[in-house]
Amino acid sequence: MKALLFAFRSFGRELRSGEVLVLLTAVGLAVAALTAVGFLTDRIGKAVARQANEVLAADLRLRSQEPIPEQWSALARDYNLQTAETLFFPSVVFAGDASALAGIKVVGANYPLRGAVRVADRMFGEQRVVDGIPAPGEVWADGALLARIDADVGDTLGVGELDLVVTAILTYRPDQSIGFASLAPSLMMNIEDIPRSGLIGEGSRVSYALLVAGEENDVAAFNAAIEPQLPEALRIRSQEESSERAYNAADRAQRFLSLTAVISLLLSAVAVAMSARRFAHRRMDTVALMKSLGATQKFVISVALVQLILLGVLGILAGSVIGYAAEEVLSRILADLLAGDLPEPGMRPVLLASVSAMVLLLGFALPSLIQLRNTPPLRVLRHDAMPPAPSRLLVAGMSLAAVALLLYRSVGDPVMLAILIGGIIVIAAALYLVGRGLVALIGRARSGVGVAWRYGLANVARRGRDSAVQVVAFGLGLTVLLLLTLVRTDLLEGWRTTLDEDAPNHFMINIQPDEVDDVAALFAENGVAPPTFTPMVRARMTTINGESVKERSYPNEDGRWLANREANLSWTAELSSSNELLEGEWWPAGYDGPPLVSIEEESATNAGISIGDRMTFVVAGQEVAAEVASIRKVNWDSFQPNFFIVLSPGALDDMPTTYISSMKIEAGQQSVLVDLVRAHPTISVIDLNAILQQVRGIIEKASLAVQAVFVFTLAAGIAVLFAAVQSTIDERRFESAMLRALGARRRTVVAGVMAEFAALGLAAGILASAGASVLAALVAIRVFQLPYTFSPMLWLVGIAAGVFVVCVSGYFAARGAVNAAPADVLRGAAG
Amino acid sequence: MRDQSAEKRVVLEARSIGKQVSSPEGTLTILSDVSFQILAGESVAVVGPSGAGKSTLLALLAGLDLPSSGSVLLNGNNLSELDEDGRALVRADSVGFVFQSFHLVPSLNALENVMLPLELAGQTDARNTAREIIGKVGLSERWSHYPAQLSGGEKQRVAIARAFATEPAVLFADEPTGNLDSRTGANIMELMFELNRSSATTLVLVTHDSGLAGRCDRILELDAGRLRSDHRTTA
Repeated sequence: MKALLFAFRSFGRELRSGEVLVLLTAVGLAVAALTAVGFLTDRIGKAVARQANEVLAADLRLRSQEPIPEQWSALARDYNLQTAETLFFPSVVFAGDASALAGIKVVGANYPLRGAVRVADRMFGEQRVVDGIPAPGEVWADGALLARIDADVGDTLGVGELDLVVTAILTYRPDQSIGFASLAPSLMMNIEDIPRSGLIGEGSRVSYALLVAGEENDVAAFNAAIEPQLPEALRIRSQEESSERAYNAADRAQRFLSLTAVISLLLSAVAVAMSARRFAHRRMDTVALMKSLGATQKFVISVALVQLILLGVLGILAGSVIGYAAEEVLSRILADLLAGDLPEPGMRPVLLASVSAMVLLLGFALPSLIQLRNTPPLRVLRHDAMPPAPSRLLVAGMSLAAVALLLYRSVGDPVMLAILIGGIIVIAAALYLVGRGLVALIGRARSGVGVAWRYGLANVARRGRDSAVQVVAFGLGLTVLLLLTLVRTDLLEGWRTTLDEDAPNHFMINIQPDEVDDVAALFAENGVAPPTFTPMVRARMTTINGESVKERSYPNEDGRWLANREANLSWTAELSSSNELLEGEWWPAGYDGPPLVSIEEESATNAGISIGDRMTFVVAGQEVAAEVASIRKVNWDSFQPNFFIVLSPGALDDMPTTYISSMKIEAGQQSVLVDLVRAHPTISVIDLNAILQQVRGIIEKASLAVQAVFVFTLAAGIAVLFAAVQSTIDERRFESAMLRALGARRRTVVAGVMAEFAALGLAAGILASAGASVLAALVAIRVFQLPYTFSPMLWLVGIAAGVFVVCVSGYFAARGAVNAAPADVLRGAAG
Repeated sequence: MRDQSAEKRVVLEARSIGKQVSSPEGTLTILSDVSFQILAGESVAVVGPSGAGKSTLLALLAGLDLPSSGSVLLNGNNLSELDEDGRALVRADSVGFVFQSFHLVPSLNALENVMLPLELAGQTDARNTAREIIGKVGLSERWSHYPAQLSGGEKQRVAIARAFATEPAVLFADEPTGNLDSRTGANIMELMFELNRSSATTLVLVTHDSGLAGRCDRILELDAGRLRSDHRTTA
């Protein structure tokens, strides 16, 4: 009680003295980073949960690439279930001359069976729930789609052979994709318009669905009844599965962002540990005094603990407010990437962040504080009397325990946690060694410089351990920012420039065999080089070497996915120019023998397929068997139509085939596309430039959001710097007074201090530039398959930013020491 | 005000105390075989050249440190037999300190600094007692000031008020005027002797100042860790 009173009484004064500000900042930063990410993921999580319940717009959904036989809906009605039909396919939508690719959602009566559609009467208008679907002849369009083609409510859109009037803005439908919106904005139309639209032809990429809903028992009975009779192509999905998938996606996103926040948290922990050392050190005199006045160890430790907790509470409050504000910014950045509006965040993230911050504070600060109770009261007479340093085992143990506890929530798996912690220790140790190396190098340089620099560099070398920690902490924050800014744009640019100038910029899919000649003629008439048409046959892989693809074991999950999904097959006589033969032999010209197959290299590896293996496919009920004759490498960047699986000529004759093609359309030639789609509405034209631009937009926004989180990382790095400077402030004050007493001008002392920070900043900048370069090279070579080119700009910016930020923050952290009057300091004027 | 019977009672006793510390040059003897008794109400000066062991002796007598040999009895408690918390309780109960460098808690104001030992000793009316005593040292107008806002003399007055607040059996003063100019120092000593007289406290004063020592009842002279003389002043 006494301790509590005393702790409260002196706390306000402690705060005003600014001594504890760094500790407070470190805690605040950790909380801010955690709450910002926590709020955001909480909101996305809630949105996902809300949608998960209606994500099917039904209780059960049967989906197929072919029309769903009437018998299934009849059966559903026999089970007292409601049904609704939907279709979904991509198509180009026109408004005058403007066109854009849209996801066409075709709905029948009763849709949606679960959840509700929301529309607005004008763009960005108030949304309302509607009962029912667009009337025949009318459509509801996504605002983004209308914006793209410069149309509005009341305008007429060309969809296939139809002209449909936009009567509302579609703002939400229950079965829209979750989280990140699909590339093509959607358009909702009535199923009754479909027969006249000319949009559905043989082999069209249409996803048909039968929605079913009703009493839980009836749904279950229906499900049980149809399950054994379902044909291969029919996929059934219940709500639980959908919600699970949605949750998993949200969960992964949350874990990634949480790990991002954890990096800030770990850096904050370093700052907390450093400033706690100072916090404890500053209290030593007071503790010795209190003990000399008769305070017990328990009293002393209670006071320190209460103050530490008060500090934690304050840091949590400040951090939560900053975190909340940061989340507002983040969700705005991400707003148009996330489909639908986000629900308000709950308070849970604050709670979690608060608990984490307390764990952090106690884990990293408590060992220093516990040691306070051993302060000898003799210190009141002999200032060199110190408590023994806290046991390294205790410090390391408590810090590690705190980190493990904090990470466990993000990782959620003991083995992963062990690996992660091991990784952190190894990386931290390696970085620390690099930091020490840099500091040692800097220390060596001091014989060749002037007095101010010699003084500064000597300081860096003398506080070698702390200097190394500062270099690493700050360098780490900087590395990440460099990666997310310079390296990202460099890489994207690099990738874009490697694309062939003459590379196709448009794809056509879904060309029926009888349309090929027409399309070629149309291009020729308009002065566009007629493209090559590549056949495509939709099939399903059934066996590999006689073993069912379902039961077979695969080298990895990608292989299983590849073998089990619907496969697109093609055939060709000649090896395409964008392919390179790696193994086996290409079939000879005019080959007419039994079917042979050529597999793309990566697919072959993933699925464990090698030369000589026998594979079977089912195409529209017919079986095709082929022997693997060759393995190819494919240059996907060529934007030529390419296939994982290519068969020899003749193997797929008489199978339902469509053609795909790619071509380069120059700026003035776009009108040919309008004519093309008008004449052949089932052909989908995909504008690669538009998609590339959208992809880039998404990457930029997503990385902007990640960057926002990493600003906390940089701030935490600066907090470490402040903590380090604070922990040496008495020493600095004394040295600066000493130098000035010896006749140094204030300017010289300041120059010495700045030299020290410039050296630290230089080392941090070098570390960050090197780190970012290595990571960039890895990403360039592994992900983009680009040769990495050394970027002097990266080093220039990295080092300049390091020196600048460390100097500025260092100046603010240390100016108190430089400005102190020498006489006061040397007299040792104590309280 | 003095109680004659109390004057006879031994309040502080050193029984053949010695203190050795280990140093790079081997074991260093700071104090060796020092014995004396101090009676309640006495004022005793400990004098001697630098390095004679004065401060070490003070630390041992107050239980801030433990002797390597021998024992210290403070108000009847053998300090060597108590643990650190036990010694702290003895100090809370019967010891006051005035230090050369004041040692005020910078985050507490003058009044709160004086309240500190009262609260540690569990006094319920700490605030009023502290106000009263802070008036006695002439700082009733400045009680709400923080140490940084006080002059050296004022700080030492606060320290003296703090030392006397609990009416300790023994007051230890370590060069109390060492950081003050001579005029302020003289005023401070006047105040200390005045309070000592009026509160029947035993005073143990470590000093270099022979004038100051001469104002005490008795002088213990240390030299190279040994008690060279123990004599009463004629004053």
